[in-house]
Amino acid sequence: MSTEVTPASEVRDVIIVGSGPAGYTAAIYTARADLKPLMIAGSVTAGGELMNTTDVENFPGFPDGIMGPDLMENLGQQAEKFGTEVMYDDVTSVELEGAIKTVTLADGQEFKARTVIISTGSAYRELGVDGEKRLVGHGVSSCATCDGFFFKGQDIAVIGGGDSAMEEAIFLTKFAATVTVVHRRDSLRASKIMAERALKHPKIKFIWNSEVVSVEGEAKVTGARLNNLVTGEQSDLAVTGLFVAIGNDPRVDLVKGVLELTEAGTIAVESRSSKTSIKGVFAAGDVVDPTYRQAITAAGSGCVAALDVEHYLAEQDS
Amino acid sequence: MSNAKSATDATFADVVLKSEKPVIVDFWAEWCGPCRKLGPILDEISVEYSDKVEVVKVDVDANPAISAKYGITSIPAVYLFNGGEVQSTVIGARPKQYFEKEFADVLK
Repeated sequence: MSTEVTPASEVRDVIIVGSGPAGYTAAIYTARADLKPLMIAGSVTAGGELMNTTDVENFPGFPDGIMGPDLMENLGQQAEKFGTEVMYDDVTSVELEGAIKTVTLADGQEFKARTVIISTGSAYRELGVDGEKRLVGHGVSSCATCDGFFFKGQDIAVIGGGDSAMEEAIFLTKFAATVTVVHRRDSLRASKIMAERALKHPKIKFIWNSEVVSVEGEAKVTGARLNNLVTGEQSDLAVTGLFVAIGNDPRVDLVKGVLELTEAGTIAVESRSSKTSIKGVFAAGDVVDPTYRQAITAAGSGCVAALDVEHYLAEQDS
Repeated sequence: MSNAKSATDATFADVVLKSEKPVIVDFWAEWCGPCRKLGPILDEISVEYSDKVEVVKVDVDANPAISAKYGITSIPAVYLFNGGEVQSTVIGARPKQYFEKEFADVLK
């Protein structure tokens, strides 16, 4: 395979920003279309959200499941095999108007291309309550696979009711004495298989219809103050760890005020395509998807973006 | 390339607390995905700023005492020590530029 690097000054066909399932799938397709994609993968965010997960059981083609980081490694290899150039750097700004787009990295390097695919994914959502920020790293965590180890034999809580929250809760039972799931509603949003696994687990307890009002503790977490949304009663939950899994927000900082966004805060795209409000700029993955947000839907949407890019370039050249 | 050293529960005092230069300590573990991303970034800093700081890595799995002493419950955790005292902390993997800004006092 070709390993020649396109000089920075040259105008490329396509630059892909972000390296989750959407970005890598877009890279595989555009590379196979001989568009020599440049992917800016992120210095510490490379591989995206799946890098912090364990078993992925619902990605088609892996009957025994696959570890999230292994899946991303595979996607990366597949993209590079067909000639994708990957840079583990961060994009700090983009100029998207006009026929030639410019992407600027944190170290000041500039790259130009006729099209850009934005696949920056989403970022972990904070509770936004007192004590949370102050106690990050001292009991408040957003990464169960990183931090579960520190809570051996302790009582901890997971906040949230979706698949990610259930996965974290189940994973954390390997270490913790008890895991209490605190959820705003009276039933779980998680898929049935994940919900049942959690509901049946002897170490997992549930507190329903409740939200966290504040995280308590001086130097480290000692508990959480909860508010029952039905009765209005407040109570204190004594835990030493709080894992927050209440969802994600699209990462649109780069394009805010430049690309049209939806009410949900995602990048607006035309109908079922990946076309954004600016010609030659396409978007894919969680950053356009307020609804489904699965690895496989992100991958599918990366494929759509790649095909839209091909079509757009062909039209420009005709 | 890296100039980073390792410290253990037994050597932490000598390698970090008694260091003449400020020390950037990376608390990490093998199982932690973001830690693996951060490693090479701190390696770069250890080379580029070798005249200004030491970079020292502590495997929390093998060295529970020192991790507990500093109340580490999230990794990667990067602590800047100066004269034996914690001067600044960064929790979570961050880009190189973030550390250059956060630790500007000692990196200049």
